Amino acid sequence: MNCGLALLLGGFALAAQLAAAQGVTMAMPEKIEAGASFSLQTTGGGKATLYIVGPPQVLKREIQLGATTFFAEGTLPNAGHYAVFLATESSTQSASLDIVPESKPATLDFLAKPSRIQVNLHDGITGAIYVFDVFHNLITFPLPVSFELSSPSGAMQKRNAVIREGASWTAMDSTAQQGMDRFVVRMAAISTVRVVAQVPGDPCRLQMSARLASGQLHLATEPVRDCSGNAVPDGTVVTFTETYQGGQSTVDVPLKQGIAEVQMPAQSGAMISVASGLVLGNQIRWEK
Amino acid sequence: MTKGYLLALLLAGATVALVVAGFVWPVPSAAAYAGGGPLMRSSATPEAAVQTLGEEIRAQAWTKAYDNLANKAQFTQTEFVHDITGYYPSLLTYATVEKFEVLPLHASESESEIRLQLYWATVVGVSISTRDLRVVKNGDRWEAEWPIAKQVVVPPQVIPVNYLRWDVIYRGPGDDWGAQDVEAPHVRIVDMHPVERAEGVVLLGELLNEDVVPAFVSVSATLLSKDQTPIATEGSFDKISHLLLPKQVTPFLIRFPDVALSSVGSVRMMPTSELVSASADPVIEIENAHLNPAPDASLTGQVTNQSGQVVSFAQVLGTFYDKSGQVVWIANEYIDSALLPQTPVPFEIHIPEDLARKVSSQRAVVATISSGGSQ
Repeated sequence: MNCGLALLLGGFALAAQLAAAQGVTMAMPEKIEAGASFSLQTTGGGKATLYIVGPPQVLKREIQLGATTFFAEGTLPNAGHYAVFLATESSTQSASLDIVPESKPATLDFLAKPSRIQVNLHDGITGAIYVFDVFHNLITFPLPVSFELSSPSGAMQKRNAVIREGASWTAMDSTAQQGMDRFVVRMAAISTVRVVAQVPGDPCRLQMSARLASGQLHLATEPVRDCSGNAVPDGTVVTFTETYQGGQSTVDVPLKQGIAEVQMPAQSGAMISVASGLVLGNQIRWEK
Repeated sequence: MTKGYLLALLLAGATVALVVAGFVWPVPSAAAYAGGGPLMRSSATPEAAVQTLGEEIRAQAWTKAYDNLANKAQFTQTEFVHDITGYYPSLLTYATVEKFEVLPLHASESESEIRLQLYWATVVGVSISTRDLRVVKNGDRWEAEWPIAKQVVVPPQVIPVNYLRWDVIYRGPGDDWGAQDVEAPHVRIVDMHPVERAEGVVLLGELLNEDVVPAFVSVSATLLSKDQTPIATEGSFDKISHLLLPKQVTPFLIRFPDVALSSVGSVRMMPTSELVSASADPVIEIENAHLNPAPDASLTGQVTNQSGQVVSFAQVLGTFYDKSGQVVWIANEYIDSALLPQTPVPFEIHIPEDLARKVSSQRAVVATISSGGSQ
């Protein structure tokens, strides 16, 4: 397939020099925007076949020499370097045509990572943007862009950048307060929004208390918070371990309404500890 | 020609005669497997009576097994069957008795005590259930008394459950590649080291879900030689609790059979996590966990389902530490009965004899599966 195309293009190139000598010429713009209308002016008489060959597209059209041929909007929507050949029965004329992306951005592909991040992380949130025109051609010339990250507390981080070769990126800090951040990228009148969840970090101070209830030991933590004061989310597992003479009882309890509580056997002399993940809390020795 | 015809007739006649004989006087083992009767119908000795009972249980000939019990007046046949296979869907519901062993414990002229060990072929391997039977002499025959474990009945009640449940909406199939998707949970290996055992290299470690969402996790590892060429890649399979709630830790164990530790230069660990829908319920408590020293070193205790739902399958994973807090072994045991609400069920995890002396402390976790999903 590629070999055939190369032979075809080679044949056109050889014939092009013959065509110039026989008075057939063509005139067309060297560069147009993707999808724009354009026209081809030819000289001479009779019929000819026009080929426009580019990486993503090949166009073939029968035209009348000596007349102007119009191409409607959207005929060539894909950006790239195209070769143009005008073939008559006895000769071939060639030219080149560059289809460039539209200057007006149409879509912003915004990759924001991660979708969920712990609070207070430096440069933890990254955003990369790719700018495309309406035909989804990557716009490669420089364009100004701004990134904005607003947290629930109202704090906003803003970075201005320039799109180079179709892309730009930035990094932002997660703030101390948990909640849903709005990560917005703006370019002219276009904007794209992503949501980044700022979640609490590890429990900072894990404190439990014990009391006797119905013959059993009722253990309950204080409201569990991270080091920034955010409530650790419900469902986070807290492990209670009771060690007594020759035995041990363990239970993994998820936080419910901010605290973890459980009933365990009341063993005199038992040592009770509490932990969540790798964070250890206080210890209690229970004596009857 | 006549001789050949005669031989054919003779062979046909013999075949018919053998088929009829096999039908009228079947081989006992064939009859047992066809459900026609036990292998050994003898009850002349206590062992033979229990042997017969074992065969009937293996063949699931429940009526015959029940009819031959000495204490059948104390319970119904349905209770007897449920006592063996479970009242609720459990590991044994989908298992069959592969073999059994009869071990005499004590004997006198009128009664005997015999241990019946049933080896169940389950989806996770062999599960052994042991019953000590009292066998009594009734006239000229011996009959076994089935030590039925009466089902603990939890009073009918409503248990309000308001634990968190996580649901996930993923990126849709029609979304562009740049569209935002939910992040996989962040998990971290907090401990890992290889040990050499007779069967090969074993990797022991612990994995933490450090995120605020539940994670379905697994761990695989590749052993690399000293020149960094891969030796083998294995996964933890079921020696891990696959579902981790936020800040939950699971042990994991990966076996590399027939690999010498001296040939290992480094290890490449590959923990994976996936965001899944999950519930923080049920809560399972491990009570009265005891480290029992060698011989027969083990971790024993009870697991209690504190929630209101029946847990069909449960696995207890034990992590054993030395005095310095380093993991020295990880072992597991599947509970072969369903965990009913508020009902303790015993477990026993065996510890290799050579490691038992090093074990100073332990931590046990329970992985459960209820009907409709894993927890």
